[in-house]
Amino acid sequence: MNESPVSTGESTATVSSGSAAGAVPRARAGVARWRWAVAGLLLLAAVYAPFQLVPFHVFQLTMVLVYALALLGLNLLVGHAGQISLGHGAFFAVGAYATAIPLARWDVPHLVTLPIAAGVAFLLGLALGLPAMRLRGLYLALVTLAIAIFLVPLLKRFEEVTGGSMGLTLPKPAPPAWTGLAEDQWLYFLALAVALVAFGLAAGLLRSRVGRALHAIRDNEAAAEVMGVRLSYYKTLAFAWSALFAGAAGCVYTWVIGFVSPDSFVVTLSITLLAGIVVGGLGSQAGPLFGALFVMFVPSISQDVNKAAPGVIFGLLIIAVMYVAPTGLAGLAGRAADSLKKTLRKG
Amino acid sequence: MLEVHDLTVRFGGITALDGVGFSVAPGEMVGLIGPNGAGKTTLFNCLTRRYTADEGSVRYEGADLLAVAPHAIAALGIARTFQNLGLFPRISVRDNVLVGAHHRGRSGFLTAALRLPGVGREERTLRAEADAMLARLSLTEVAGHPAAGLPFGTLKRVELARALIGRPRLLLLDEPVNGLNSAEVAEFAGTLRALRDELDLTVVVVEHHMGFVMSTCERIVCLDFGKKIAEGPPAEVQRDPGVIEAYLGTAV
Ligand SMILES: Nc1ncnc2c1ncn2[C@@H]1O[C@H](COP(=O)(O)OP(=O)(O)OP(=O)(O)O)[C@@H](O)[C@H]1O
Ligand SMILES: [Mg+2]
Repeated sequence: MNESPVSTGESTATVSSGSAAGAVPRARAGVARWRWAVAGLLLLAAVYAPFQLVPFHVFQLTMVLVYALALLGLNLLVGHAGQISLGHGAFFAVGAYATAIPLARWDVPHLVTLPIAAGVAFLLGLALGLPAMRLRGLYLALVTLAIAIFLVPLLKRFEEVTGGSMGLTLPKPAPPAWTGLAEDQWLYFLALAVALVAFGLAAGLLRSRVGRALHAIRDNEAAAEVMGVRLSYYKTLAFAWSALFAGAAGCVYTWVIGFVSPDSFVVTLSITLLAGIVVGGLGSQAGPLFGALFVMFVPSISQDVNKAAPGVIFGLLIIAVMYVAPTGLAGLAGRAADSLKKTLRKG
Repeated sequence: MLEVHDLTVRFGGITALDGVGFSVAPGEMVGLIGPNGAGKTTLFNCLTRRYTADEGSVRYEGADLLAVAPHAIAALGIARTFQNLGLFPRISVRDNVLVGAHHRGRSGFLTAALRLPGVGREERTLRAEADAMLARLSLTEVAGHPAAGLPFGTLKRVELARALIGRPRLLLLDEPVNGLNSAEVAEFAGTLRALRDELDLTVVVVEHHMGFVMSTCERIVCLDFGKKIAEGPPAEVQRDPGVIEAYLGTAV
């Protein structure tokens, strides 16, 4: 920085704070501008991509957005509030069924199912979070895992409503004629729109008093409470909001796939989601996106490497990423960007 | 303003506080001294509802403090700092301070997610206040830095800033000058006196640094093994045979 050396002594406090106060926001504004530029470029690429790729790849990108939505929710709970959930696949599934059942039974318009799915997942998250969020660490992990385990037999049991093991087949949203889009492109843009809104909501939440309270709980529960943060309230609502985003992801999933069955939502989904957000970068804004790319593409890459044991390769890759980048892929990318900026400035 | 009556706290076999009673008048600066393990921090933990008292009562501005929920203490105008720091290491110094204003804010999950205008207004007001407080305590340069990794003395000031932005009427400081050199202690004493007059604070301060306590406090309470062994003006307590013995006892 180019400011003159400043003393922290009492007598010069006004002088030093004056000059530093000018410098700090300027540096912050620089970072913010840089972020907006990256976000803008990404958005441009995201809008451009479906017109360049074959339908299968467009479908893959759509699924990345679906996972990113689910991971956005999980990140809120695990990365920001410091709580654990081994059962978020359950809220994803609830969102999927809360979309599928109204579509199958009453033939409602697709867009109507989004608030239904998000709302049902939120209420369920609230109901389950109320008791669960009084627990900590391993106990919380176990209870959330139990939620995920119980769901599959439950879905199979109520066959008249859920279609049982056979599942439900549903119409996909059709692209309106005026758009001139193919089905895969239309689905992609729907997922993109939902993801953008969700990321916007989460960003607003996190940079407010609420986000700070969650961070305070994560970093030091006792001190947070002394500052007036009501722990049970914030933990339960973080759980419910986290479920809401997972439910929205389940909804978009159902639009895209046009089919739900209990076996799509086994416990592995919950574990994969948790692995995804840890690998992507806990508590980072880009973490869910990196995690979604990992969850979407790495299993199929593992399949290519070794057909016999893709699970082993997937597991090894998770370990490798955590070893190289303990703060996740988002942390790694952040560091890469920083050193790039430095070399650019020098050069 | 604060009346502690017959307060007793036990941990298994240890009686950390044993029938302690004293009161603090509005605007007073009271020093709480005593050898290691005397129960000073335990007393603060009772006042902020971290520990539950086994016996006794605490009245604050006429109300029963022991019936208040732990998270509601801040809103009553009681703030504290911690002996071994109670900061949030991964968030910035500015955000640490802003958490201290939590009970003053109103934005909730939904209003913040939707970025309703009230949220932005509240955020701007509190941020401006936090920045002023940071400047006041010479913390502007580290405002954007995560709390982890800063020097101990700096973090102590961050804790003070975080306590003050909550606009407390009663401020509890647990060993605020621990780890500071004598010039810094003198400077801190000056800052504290100025802040007290400016913000109309009532202060209870735990400190082992006798010079600091004697020069800033109007009255002193001395604990030893959970019991109050002396109370009075600094000069008097300093001469008290019981106090001298308690301190000599630990020095040997
Ligand atoms: N949570 C706890 N569980 C068990 N014992 C405790 C607990 N907190 C405090 N104690 C005990 O209570 C006694 C008083 O401790 P306290 O921390 O209040 O002393 P202190 O006066 O603050 O000492 P110091 O000057 O060393 O900070 C000590 O014997 C301590 O071991
Ligand atoms: Mg202590």
